[in-house]
Amino acid sequence: MSLGVLMLVHTAFDRAEQVARVWHEAGCPVVIHVDAKVEEAEAKAFQAALGDCPNVLFSARHSCEWGMWGLVAATLSCAELLLSKFEDVQHVYLCSGSCLPLRPIAELQAYLDGRPQTDFIESAAIADVPWAVAGLEEERFTLHFPVSWQKRRWAFDRLVDVQRRLGVSRKLPADLVPHMGSQWWCLTRKTLAAILNDPNRAAYDRFFKTVWIPDESYFQSLARLHSRRIESRSLTLSKFDHRGKPHVFYDDHLQLLRRTDCFVARKIWSRADRLYQTFPNARGDGENQADPNPAMVHKLSDKTIERRNRGRDGLYMQSRFPNEHFESGVTAAPYSVFQGFSELLDDFEGWLALSTGCKVHGHLFAPDRVQFEGRVSEYQGALSDNARVRDYNPRSFLTNFIWNTRGVRQCFQFGPQDTQDTIWLMAKDPNAQISVISGAWAVPLFRSKRPFEAVRKDAAELQKREAEFLKVLRSQWARATIRIWTLSEFLDAPTEPLQLLVDEIGTYPQNRLARLPKMVDMKGFGSFVQTLKNAGMHPYLLGDFPADTQHAPTETPSRRPYLVQ
Amino acid sequence: MGLWDSYKLRLRRKRYLMRAFRKSRQLRSVQDNTGRIQKGDTLLVCTLYNEAIRIPYFLKYYRDLGVDHFLMIDNASTDGVMDLLAGAPDISVWHTKGSYRKARFGVDWMNALQRRYCHGHWTLVVDPDEFFVYPFCDSRPIKALTDWLDTSGQRSFPAMLLDMYPKGALTDQAYQSGQNPLDIAQWFDAGNYSISKNPQFGNLWIQGGPRTRVFFKDAPKQAPALNKTPLVKWRRSYAYASSTHALLPRGLNQVYEEWGGEKASGVLLHTKFLDTITSKAAEEATRNQHYKNGAEYAAYAQALRDHPQLWCPWSEKYINWRQLEILGLMSKAGWT
Repeated sequence: MSLGVLMLVHTAFDRAEQVARVWHEAGCPVVIHVDAKVEEAEAKAFQAALGDCPNVLFSARHSCEWGMWGLVAATLSCAELLLSKFEDVQHVYLCSGSCLPLRPIAELQAYLDGRPQTDFIESAAIADVPWAVAGLEEERFTLHFPVSWQKRRWAFDRLVDVQRRLGVSRKLPADLVPHMGSQWWCLTRKTLAAILNDPNRAAYDRFFKTVWIPDESYFQSLARLHSRRIESRSLTLSKFDHRGKPHVFYDDHLQLLRRTDCFVARKIWSRADRLYQTFPNARGDGENQADPNPAMVHKLSDKTIERRNRGRDGLYMQSRFPNEHFESGVTAAPYSVFQGFSELLDDFEGWLALSTGCKVHGHLFAPDRVQFEGRVSEYQGALSDNARVRDYNPRSFLTNFIWNTRGVRQCFQFGPQDTQDTIWLMAKDPNAQISVISGAWAVPLFRSKRPFEAVRKDAAELQKREAEFLKVLRSQWARATIRIWTLSEFLDAPTEPLQLLVDEIGTYPQNRLARLPKMVDMKGFGSFVQTLKNAGMHPYLLGDFPADTQHAPTETPSRRPYLVQ
Repeated sequence: MGLWDSYKLRLRRKRYLMRAFRKSRQLRSVQDNTGRIQKGDTLLVCTLYNEAIRIPYFLKYYRDLGVDHFLMIDNASTDGVMDLLAGAPDISVWHTKGSYRKARFGVDWMNALQRRYCHGHWTLVVDPDEFFVYPFCDSRPIKALTDWLDTSGQRSFPAMLLDMYPKGALTDQAYQSGQNPLDIAQWFDAGNYSISKNPQFGNLWIQGGPRTRVFFKDAPKQAPALNKTPLVKWRRSYAYASSTHALLPRGLNQVYEEWGGEKASGVLLHTKFLDTITSKAAEEATRNQHYKNGAEYAAYAQALRDHPQLWCPWSEKYINWRQLEILGLMSKAGWT
C-alpha cells in the first residue's frame, strides 16, 4: 500500500522543496499546490527545482486567502490530480510547506497499513464545541462570507451586521451536518474519492464557497457522510495561539518534538536549521510503533495562551499594566495589614513573627521611612526605605513589595499617621487581610506626655484620617478580608482576635496560642479619654469608655487589666 | 482621545519629520554601504560620541543576534572610532558636528536616517551601552522574533532599560575594549520600578532602579525614564518623539496589555555604570549636550564623588533572560 501527499505552499520554497524530497525519497507521490499569489517566476523556479522528481506533480493554482474558499479549491485540485495519476495510493496526507515529518515516513506508512480503513480527521459537531473565532460559531455556516476577514475587516463586519439584522439563515444542503476540525488530515483513498465523486458535490461546493473558514469544515463535514471509520484527530501536530495563529517551532524545540512521537509537525520556522537537519529522525533502534503523544506540546500551548490572556496575577510591568478592575489579582500574594496592634501590644511585631512564621514589618508607609523588618535600608527587589521614593508612587511600591516577596506571607503595620494613598488598593484587594483596632492611635498620644493642646490637635487629625480609612473598608467595593474592633471591644477580650488572626495566617498548626503579647501600661487612659471629650474632641472611634473616671476600667482590678495572658 | 487631540498629535508627528529633514543636512555620509541592505534585513541605528572602547563588543553582540546592517551616526567623536568601523561591509556611517542637544538628543538625526533607509524593515535603535535581550535570545536569532511579531500583527516591541552595575566601587574594575561589559556590571535591581501611564502618548512611564535608589532618591520624579520601544517595523511616516521612550503615531506605544493579559517584552541591559562613567560624567557635565542641560550627568558626577557604590544586599546577579522573565521584568507571553 502507498501513501500520497498533498502539499500547499505559498512561501519558503527552499524548505518546501526539501520536505517534498523527503516524502518523494520515501516513495510517496507528492502533488503540490502553489498559491496563485506567488509570482510566476518564483513558482516556475520552484517547479524546476523539483524537476528531477518524477512523482512530484503540480496542480492548477488557486488564490488562497485565510478563511476563504481558495484553500479548499486548492486541496480539491491536488486530490483529483493525485487520485487520477497514482492508482496505488491508499492513504492521502494533506500538509503544508511548513510541515515537517518528525518520524521516518516508513513508520507512518506502517502505522497506516495497520489501519487501512481509518480516516484520520479531526471532526467535531459544530453544535457541541465552543470553537468560536471572532465571535462566530454556527453563523459560520448560516451567513454568507464573501470577503476576507484579514484583508477587509470593515466590510466583513458590516456584512455580518446586515445579515444578522435581515435574519439571514442559509439552508444547509440535505444530509449535511456541520463539523469542524484541524485543516490537516489523512484520508483513505476510498473516502476521499467518495467526497470528490459525490453526486451532490456541486451543491456542497456552492454552499461552502461562502462559508467562513471552509478549510476547517469542508472535508470535516463531508467525511462524516462517507467514512466508515473516523479517528477524530489529526496526525499532524499543530497548536494555535490565543489569536488562532499556529505556534511555530524553533531549534530549541528539538527535544520536545522528538518526544512527542508525532508523525508530522507544523509550523516549523523556515530558518530552524537544526530541525530541518534532524528530522525525520528514527528514535531508538528498530521500528518505533508508538502512538503519537502530543500532550506535552498541548500543555506548553495551554500555558502560553494562559500567560498571554491572563498573565501573572499582581504583576505590573512594561508589557502588563492592567486597567483598574481588570487586574485579575490586584496583588500577587496574600498579605496582612494590622492597624492599632503595635500601639497596644509590646513588641507585637516580634510576637507575630514567632507565632505565625510570617515576615512581619513595621509601618511600611510611615512618614519618615519605610520600616522594613529589621529596619534595613533595602529590601527584596532592592526596594529602598526612602519615604520620598515610596511616596512618589505608593501603588507601585506596594504591588512591587508583594510581588517581590511572593511565596512568604508578609505582614505590616498601618496607621492613620502613615501615607494613605494605598487604602483603596488594599481595600479592594482580595489578597489583603486587614485588621483594625479603631482608636488605638489614642494610646501613643496618651503615653506621649506631650502638652495637651498638641495631643488634642493630633487626636482630631488622626481620628479624621482613620474615619476615612474605615469608610473605605466598609464600602461596597471592598474585597479584602476586613475585621474592625473598637479599642474598647478589643480591650474587653483581646485574646480572641489574636487567636483568630494567628489561626488564619499562621504556618504552624496550633490549638491555643502558647504565648501572648504584653499590653502596654494603660493606667489612667480612661481619664485621658474623658479629658479629650471635655476639651470638645469626641473620640468616637474608640468605642465606649466609662464616663466616670473614678470607675474607669483601668482601675478595676477584677478585669485582669490589659495584660493579655 | 478626541479628534482634535489626534489631529494635534498628527501635526506634532509632521513637525518631528520636518525637523528630521532639516537636521539631516547636518549629516555627512562617510561610509555608505546602504546599497547592500536587502529586503527583510534587520537594521540597527545608533548614535555615538566617544564610545570607541565599547564598539568591538557592541558589534559582536548584535552581529551574533543577527542584525544585518548598522547605521551609525558619529557625533564628532575624537577617539578614533572610525578606525573600528571603516571597511566593514555591514556598517554605514554618517558624521556630524551638529549639536546633540539641538537635534533633540540625536532623535532628529535618527528619525531622518530611519525615514530614508529603514522603511519596511525591523529596526532596532540602541545606544552603544545597551544590549537587547528578548525571550529565547540565547537560542533564536532576532529574525525569529521579528517573524513572529509579523505574524501576530505587532509593529513594535518594548524593552525597558535595566541598569546594570558592578559590586563594589565603579572604579574597581577597569573595562577593556572587546570585553563583555556584563562580566563587570553583573548586578541589577529586580523589583523597585514605578510605573504610570502617560495619557498623551499612551505609553508607560517607568522609573526606578539604582538610579532612583542612589542618585535621585530626594527627587524621584526627576529620575530618568526607563521605558523604551527600541524595535519597530519602521515606516517612513513614523517618528520617535522623545528618545526611544515614545513613538508617533501613538498606537505604536500600545505595547502593553491593559485588559488583564500580558504581552511579550524584552530588556535593554544598560551597561553605563562601568569605570568609564566617571570620566564620561565629568566630560558630559561640561559638554552640556544632554537632557535637562546634562543635569543627569551632573547628578552622577556629584554622587559618584562621595557614594560610588550602587550594589546593595538585595541586588540580583544577572544570569540570563529566563531569570528576568521569572522576576517579571520581561515576558515571553504568547510566544512558545
